[in-house]
Amino acid sequence: MYADWPLLSLVIWTPIIGGILVLFAGDKEPSGARKIALLVSIVTFLLTLPLYSQFNTDTHLVQFVERESWIPAFNIEYFLGIDGISMPLILLTSFTTVIVVIAAWEVIQYRASQYLAAFLIMEGFMIGTFSALDSILFYIFFEAMLIPMFLVIGVWGGANRIYATLKFFLYTFIGSVLMLIALIYMYNKSDGSFAIFDFHYLPLTLTEQVLIFLAFLVAFAVKVPMWPVHTWLPDAHVEAPTGGSVILAAIMLKIGGYGFLRFSLPITPDASAELDWLIITMSLTAVVYIGFVALVQQDMKKLIAYSSIAHMGFVTLGFFIVFRIMDVDSSAQGSALALEGGMVQMISHGFISGAMFLCVGVMYDRMHSRQIADYGGVANTMPVFAAFMVFFAMANAGLPGTSGFVGEFMVILASFKASFWIAFLAALTLILGAAYTLWMIKRVIFGGIANDNVKALSDINKREFLFLSLLAIAVLVLGLWPDPLVNVMHATIDNLINHISISKI
Amino acid sequence: MFIQPNLLPALPEMVMLAMTCLVLVVDLFLPQEKRGFTLLLSVLTLLLTLAAVVFVAPVDSISSFGDSFVLDQLAVTLKIAVCIITILVFIYSRDYLIDHDIYKGEFYVLGLFATLGMLIMISAHSFLMIYLGLELLSLSLYAMIAFNRKSLMASESAMKYFVLGAMASGLLLYGISIFYGITGTLNINELAALVAAQADQNPVALAFALTFIVVGLSFKLGAVPFHMWLPDIYQGSPTAVTLFIGTAPKIAGFAMTIRLLVDGLSDLQVDWSQMFIVLAVASMAIGNIIAIAQTNFKRLLAYSTISHVGFILLGILAGTANGYASAMFYTITYAITASVSFGVLILLNRKGFEAENINDLSGLNHTNPWYAAMLAIAMFSMAGVPPTVGFYAKLSVLQAVVQVDLVWLAVAAVLFSVIGLFYYLRVVKVMYFDEVVEDQVTSIKPSLDVRILLSANGLSLIGLGMFPSLLMVYCIRAFA
Repeated sequence: MYADWPLLSLVIWTPIIGGILVLFAGDKEPSGARKIALLVSIVTFLLTLPLYSQFNTDTHLVQFVERESWIPAFNIEYFLGIDGISMPLILLTSFTTVIVVIAAWEVIQYRASQYLAAFLIMEGFMIGTFSALDSILFYIFFEAMLIPMFLVIGVWGGANRIYATLKFFLYTFIGSVLMLIALIYMYNKSDGSFAIFDFHYLPLTLTEQVLIFLAFLVAFAVKVPMWPVHTWLPDAHVEAPTGGSVILAAIMLKIGGYGFLRFSLPITPDASAELDWLIITMSLTAVVYIGFVALVQQDMKKLIAYSSIAHMGFVTLGFFIVFRIMDVDSSAQGSALALEGGMVQMISHGFISGAMFLCVGVMYDRMHSRQIADYGGVANTMPVFAAFMVFFAMANAGLPGTSGFVGEFMVILASFKASFWIAFLAALTLILGAAYTLWMIKRVIFGGIANDNVKALSDINKREFLFLSLLAIAVLVLGLWPDPLVNVMHATIDNLINHISISKI
Repeated sequence: MFIQPNLLPALPEMVMLAMTCLVLVVDLFLPQEKRGFTLLLSVLTLLLTLAAVVFVAPVDSISSFGDSFVLDQLAVTLKIAVCIITILVFIYSRDYLIDHDIYKGEFYVLGLFATLGMLIMISAHSFLMIYLGLELLSLSLYAMIAFNRKSLMASESAMKYFVLGAMASGLLLYGISIFYGITGTLNINELAALVAAQADQNPVALAFALTFIVVGLSFKLGAVPFHMWLPDIYQGSPTAVTLFIGTAPKIAGFAMTIRLLVDGLSDLQVDWSQMFIVLAVASMAIGNIIAIAQTNFKRLLAYSTISHVGFILLGILAGTANGYASAMFYTITYAITASVSFGVLILLNRKGFEAENINDLSGLNHTNPWYAAMLAIAMFSMAGVPPTVGFYAKLSVLQAVVQVDLVWLAVAAVLFSVIGLFYYLRVVKVMYFDEVVEDQVTSIKPSLDVRILLSANGLSLIGLGMFPSLLMVYCIRAFA
């Protein structure tokens, strides 16, 4: 019954239009704005469900396609469609937005309607980014989402918010403008098409590929973020309000990873193979070095931010290790494991990091401090919350049975085929991740009650219980039974591996 | 033998001239409290001109007055844009003029004469006509800047503008005279043919003359290194006049550049393209970098204009129909964007309070969320962030530049626009993140017409950003 519906357009525009409605609902009666926002986010989430249930897992071709001429002067199309890579990310986006709206319920009192509207509009842009198959359409969504995030951090952020939000905007913008030049270059090369799939089959010399690859790398490496262009992330995370941190960590970072799969690998396969050492080095540095940096953080949000960088290092490692695997193993299985591992890691990190930031948010709302030193013995006064926090921390550390384990395990397993030492360094994250996460837990949650403020803490209410348990279920299900997620990606990933194993030169 | 020229193509100009004279006379008999009637009549003049433009719009192109006047697709589109933007300017500036005791009929009469000059510039197809239109525009603007007699700063600006403008006109005239010496014609069409014939025999003289033309044009457009007048004039003029200078004349300047260089001197395209490369890069660099240091919003917009001129030059220097169309799109949308920025700024002015510093916008989102949003849209559009129209304008210019294998130029352009982004974001930051400074910004309640027009103006930036084809088809047709 959904076959004729423009489902993708609906899930893009429902939140955007809903967001504008929320904006007009105004702050005089914030509960009205909240209810509309919740309704819109839930409707959007429900609308994304058919994308999963009606998804044909046997084909790598894009589905739910909508294709209209948009700007004929440059042959830019309103071209939407999803495959096994983008569909899970869209579901993640709509799910996370519901959580963020619930999490903001009583917490955000200042200009609540603008806050909620920003998140809804951002949701539309993010889903648009994942489903756009015209590169200019992609770019428009990719850039447009910066505006609401810029405002969210700047208006509702912490003390140093202005520095952080300007840094966030400028970093991402400078990364993406070079990508725009690359897109225009390929448009001229391809006789006037901006469609991403036309770029996939565009013959390019190695020099061209390397330059285009580097342009994409700047754009996506900033977004992921990869070491050494990660410095905006800790600032942005620390200053952003809880919802902003959640969206940043859970979805915006994934757009970088998605970009590698959608653009870098298939458009410039030879350059990717040529320069994979660069990405692997950057990823391993993120995993190991940033892991150590996370260990010494005093601020909980900063710690989680650094842990995000380390976990995203796993994603990029999984994506670019494939060329090494292909050298030693001609069957596509090993490479598929690496790519799927990276994808699973992205989704799982979306849930876990979002949950971790929400946990910090719950504590921050009560204590107005993010410093680890201000806490201690929270388990005594907030037992239910402590259970959640410990669970998510375990997942963050990659405990088997949680989703955090699945992706990391797949990537490490695949890396072994390529090189023992790469796998060894990558596996260090299991130790480091456990170290920084659990050490933080020990200092914050366990032990005796540290001070009177902690003593006065009250445990989570029903609303907080609701969104934390939703996330806990997601983490657990994905950890115990990742098949539903991995299955939808198979066909697309296999096709991608076939595609990148053929040289374009 | 005297041949009766075809007057029809000049109908809009004639309507405008007649109506302007009528406004001039009628205004004399109006008491101050009925000044609104002058405004009404002026807007009516512009609307009638607009109707006349649409009425005479030809299918392709007609010329008249011995080929010295041409009405083509380019002229039609640009004239419509100029008229619409002037209407916006007149209506936005009403409250400002009242508050500053300069609500006089002369403002509108001068504005209409300036618009007439622009219309002539757009259609001019001989050196003489171009110069006539340019001077009609410039002289009216000099007087408008000095309009507030009590303001020392405005008088100083007017003087500066007059001296520098006269010098620029002189340079332009000098270039024109050399071309006349070489070719013996003032007509653009004949010039094009004669220059083509002369290009091999007389390259030095042609390049010499061309240099003066380009310098004169750069002065008028405000390209670096001939930009010095711009920030001072923007800051010194009454905001109502800055609003005017900063919008519609850009379109006329673009038309003049196209008429002279593209219609007339396309055989020297290699030469002027190279000059434009230098001018464009310098404009984008200086404009964007110096804008960072500005605290005065009008000065900031002046430097931003300079950087945008760099982008317009980029489109023109590509030397392709595609490039000209994108430069045209850029110019028109820039004028629309600038009218939103100045339009919001002018609203903040009250009796005895001249809002012109960036800090005067502090906390605008608290007091006037709607206008803050409009200005934010304008800022993002100027920075070229989608989904605003500024992104699409930049995209089309970059596409034209990359198409002629000047990728490095495109890379330089986007890197400078990242620098530009910083100061546009600072304006947004002041409006959204800073607290209200006591008794600076209060809730503003403009009259209904301003409210509707400014909102439509601001939303058009998003509308055109989402459906750029609405305007782009006309730009492409102009150079088809």
